[in-house]
Amino acid sequence: MSSVEMGDVSRTEIMIGAITRMLQGLRHVAVGNSSPIPGSAALLARALSGGTLRVSLLGSRKHNAFTDGGRELFDCAAQGRIDAFFLSGGQIDGAGNINLVGLGDYPQSHVRFPGSFGSAYLYHLVPRVILFREEHSPRTLVPKVDFISAAGTSPENVYRPGGPYALVTGLCVFRFDRQQKQFRLESTHPGVSAQDVKKATGFNYIAPEITPVTEPLDDNALRLLRTEIAHQIAETYPGFAARNWGVGQS
Amino acid sequence: MQAGNLVVDLEELVSRIPDGASLAIPAEYSGCAAAAVRALIRRGCRDLHLIPVPTGGFMADWLIGAGCVSSVEAAAMTLGEHGTPPRFSAAIREGRIRMKDSTCPAIHAGLQAAEKGIPFIPLRGILGSDLLRYRSDWKVINNPFSEHDDPIVLVPAIRPDVALIHARAADRHGNVWVGVRREMMLMAHAAQATLVTVERIEDTDFLTDDAMAAGTIPALYISALSVVPGGARPIGLAGSYPADGAELAEYAKVAKTEEGFRRWADRAIYGKVPA
Repeated sequence: MSSVEMGDVSRTEIMIGAITRMLQGLRHVAVGNSSPIPGSAALLARALSGGTLRVSLLGSRKHNAFTDGGRELFDCAAQGRIDAFFLSGGQIDGAGNINLVGLGDYPQSHVRFPGSFGSAYLYHLVPRVILFREEHSPRTLVPKVDFISAAGTSPENVYRPGGPYALVTGLCVFRFDRQQKQFRLESTHPGVSAQDVKKATGFNYIAPEITPVTEPLDDNALRLLRTEIAHQIAETYPGFAARNWGVGQS
Repeated sequence: MQAGNLVVDLEELVSRIPDGASLAIPAEYSGCAAAAVRALIRRGCRDLHLIPVPTGGFMADWLIGAGCVSSVEAAAMTLGEHGTPPRFSAAIREGRIRMKDSTCPAIHAGLQAAEKGIPFIPLRGILGSDLLRYRSDWKVINNPFSEHDDPIVLVPAIRPDVALIHARAADRHGNVWVGVRREMMLMAHAAQATLVTVERIEDTDFLTDDAMAAGTIPALYISALSVVPGGARPIGLAGSYPADGAELAEYAKVAKTEEGFRRWADRAIYGKVPA
């Protein structure tokens, strides 16, 4: 099918495509709350994997196999049974630190975010933590976060099989370099230049001389996303599925 | 039905939550005793230490807005797709409540320690987080079983005075079926008293049926229960009835101001008809 028949690929679909590729070959991916873009990517990666990838989508009854209460995700992660997870942040800094707590002087934050959720723990224990934040601006991607909910890196002596793997925004994909302890620009989304990214980013990162374009999903994957996956994600995120693909729950 | 002589009316149920109690309530995907929380507000409860397990939402925001809460220990406070809990945000800005910021597994693990009757429990991760800087009750030790340098966080047991939950059904003995929502089992094991509202009482014994027994809190842990059909409204109860999206959206909107919250509470909590 030509791209004309598929219509324009949205920014959301570009982000989903970038995340989907990062999940190839994994065994078990868990998706937390308020994560419709990663949730769509995980369900799409499962469909493309021919059934080898397990997905635990919190908030879903149909796509969540946990049976031992709220603690099971965390116990599972500490045992190494979860290969990838997703976190966001009100602020994310260049060292991979994330802030989910608030702006200004803690505890009397003048802007209060919801809180750290499981980040302080899962960031250490899940090998491939993919950060996502659609708003790419100097306000969200900052030199230093006001509050460290979860630290990007740890000293050598700290038990830490997990950590940041990538940061996917509305403009680009960064990969996290654990040796250099900073992000490296991997690709910019279609229509976005490396200069656009530079202007919108408040932290320093490693920039290659030539930046490739984020590869969109192929037509088969895009069709799957807009049909089967759109219906699956609608169970947990009806507003998101309706806005993006005009579908209700299947 | 008697249900193990545990049945009381809703006012009596919430009278067992004294001022100053530490009160555990489930996250809003679980079994929310929303009607009981409204009754608790009508009782004029004060000075609660609120422990949402592990995140708080509408019920926590109602309690904070009504002035019932002096401190909160939670991993997050969120109304989900309806945004940030407005009365919580205002209380933080104005320094009116003390927030003990936590992380989900620390709440679960603290309850697991209480469940085992042990004083603390070790937990991976967290090192390097500012949470640790502000939680003077969390400690870091070196793993005593390791020959290497291996720092690990200890969190104290969380033993709530009261856990307050809503469930689909109780049986004639007062056993309470929570199904797959087993965090309520953990809460009941950890708390000193567990108060329950249920949709109905069934004339049966859940413990004689393995399929039901696996998801049943034995009456041993239950202090009292009330029959409150629709007791989780407007938040909803998975498998029984959905959230009332319009009502929740209305709350998120009007409770942004103190006055808006008062007007909402007059209607939704005190049942006053606007003049």
